[in-house]
Amino acid sequence: MDALIPQLLNGSAQGALLLLAALGLSLTFGQMGVINMAHGEFLMIGAFSAYLVQQVIAASDLSIPVALPVAFVVAGLFGLLLEVTIIRWMYRRPLDTLLVTVGVGLILQQAALQIFPSQGVPVEKPSWLDGQLTILGYAWPMRQLFTILLAAVCVAALSAWLKYTSFGRRIRATVHNRDLAETTGISTRTIDRLTFFVGSGLAGVAGVAASLIGGTNSQMGAQYIIPAFLVVAAGGIGQLKGTILAAWAVGVALAFFAYWTTGSLAQVLAFILVIVFLQLRPQGLFTVRTRSLA
Amino acid sequence: MTKKPWISLGGIGVFAVLLLAVAPLVLTDHWLNNLGKYCCWAIAAVGIGLAWGRGGMLVMGQGVFFALGAYSMAMHLTLETAGDRIPAFMVLYDPLAPLPAFWEPFRGAGFTLAAIVLLPVVVAGALGYALFKRRVKGAYFAILSQALAVALAVLISSTIRETGGDTGLSDFKYFFGFVLNDPANRQMVYLIAAGLLIVCLLAVWQFYRSRFGELLIATRDAEERVRFLGYDPANVKLVAFVVSALMASIGGALFVPIVGIITPAEIGAAASILMIAGVALGGRASLFGPALGAIAVGWGQSSLGSTWPDGWTYVLGLLFIVVILFLPNGLSSLPARFTGRARRTPVEQPTPAIAAAELEGVRS
Repeated sequence: MDALIPQLLNGSAQGALLLLAALGLSLTFGQMGVINMAHGEFLMIGAFSAYLVQQVIAASDLSIPVALPVAFVVAGLFGLLLEVTIIRWMYRRPLDTLLVTVGVGLILQQAALQIFPSQGVPVEKPSWLDGQLTILGYAWPMRQLFTILLAAVCVAALSAWLKYTSFGRRIRATVHNRDLAETTGISTRTIDRLTFFVGSGLAGVAGVAASLIGGTNSQMGAQYIIPAFLVVAAGGIGQLKGTILAAWAVGVALAFFAYWTTGSLAQVLAFILVIVFLQLRPQGLFTVRTRSLA
Repeated sequence: MTKKPWISLGGIGVFAVLLLAVAPLVLTDHWLNNLGKYCCWAIAAVGIGLAWGRGGMLVMGQGVFFALGAYSMAMHLTLETAGDRIPAFMVLYDPLAPLPAFWEPFRGAGFTLAAIVLLPVVVAGALGYALFKRRVKGAYFAILSQALAVALAVLISSTIRETGGDTGLSDFKYFFGFVLNDPANRQMVYLIAAGLLIVCLLAVWQFYRSRFGELLIATRDAEERVRFLGYDPANVKLVAFVVSALMASIGGALFVPIVGIITPAEIGAAASILMIAGVALGGRASLFGPALGAIAVGWGQSSLGSTWPDGWTYVLGLLFIVVILFLPNGLSSLPARFTGRARRTPVEQPTPAIAAAELEGVRS
């Protein structure tokens, strides 16, 4: 039992990181129906932004808190650029969007490989992430607590934004009924762009968190994209609570599988678990009941 | 294409003459071998064209089936090379352990050939049955299939002793009794690959002009209507998916003796996407487009990809963006554009502007 509690925390931290990566997707995929395979590369852009911020602000204690909003804006702007130039032509062709963004992802990866050293760049961890916090007799690594806290803040901010602000109301209106929303004077084009900006920006925040845990290199986005999509699908499309629960479950499953077997086998098992789960509940954990076909 | 089947058949004939008679005379051994490699990708691409172009299933994980064929063949060739002993790479990691149990049957040539055909049929059949009956489609299907390819590549990478891990399986000396170093035998392997590509094209040609082909297109364009007409779209899709998996497996099996090595990198997410690239470039719904596109992408990979690898990635990325954005039906739709003939395409049909959750969602 004593060995399992740290695994639970470890898994929750992995789940929190997955949740951060999936949060933006659940917005762009769930609310807008855009399948953005370059989302992982936006995460990478966020991580590299953290590195660039550290080049300006040397003290890592300060630079990481600064890097979080910077990464959000930088990744968001990349997302906005993608939406304005390419995705807006493809709203009626979801499957083709997937392939186009695969191409965008390839280009961004290669660009990062050429701009930055190919073996990746070091992102300095702030000193306040080194320690451990003892709660209830267990030592909890600060780094894991930070990831969980960051994910919680992002989820709270996103759901509050969707629920209480006028932008959020307009987004929900556009999702529910695009034509009716437009008739009431909502500029659905602006809403689309804003949603995409925020969704991509969240990937940037996830990138900062990822840079503190793993390496920062051009390939880092590719390893998050498929698990993140599986989490969104398993949680139920457009269901924030589903995404949260699914991310946590996958993270904990990954940690325990890795504890019992090996890291790579754990990944395979977690994938299979999600696929089997989608067999049982093809619409994910939480579903909106509709009478529509298809 | 469905209107004039005999012209297409003539096209396949010309293609066959070019591949089987002209190419061996004109090309050097090196380039003939390369062409053989492209033919393997083309065989997989023909299957993708069937499943994606005609069936609307974006199969992003064909690497899985490519791997089933490739690793079946590679295990047989490794055992043939090793003779009675344990394969050299296994001895390296653990000299005393016996041959893994699942390797043993691959000693037999008959079993290997049967496995290359039956494994993808069984796996794709089970997977397709489960997914299509549950009406998993669209992006979900694409992501799940790619997840499988990633999972399999990770699994193979991590089982070094059983499958060779990241270094893969290589150093094959014999191919069903033939010495692989002999140029004449290499030419024979090429001819088998090219011949099977022609066979796959003929099979797909027959599919497209049959009632099944019509039903497949109908399922792609209006699945619900097909269901209301009394057909089960799941069965239609299942057949197309299984056939495409079989083709990928055959391509993979021939890839091994031609290239001489199989690694997880050849079957993972990136490799699976590369297979899609050729199909998109050539024209997903056309007969020749996937094969020609795959050969073109393969050629680009080995010429530009080796002299200017950085540039090749940009070209590949741009290819996806430009082709999908402006030429959804690939290069094969260009002639029709210029002559002004309107063709039914998967993307130009009107789609109701409903929320994407409903459009792409899965229903039980």
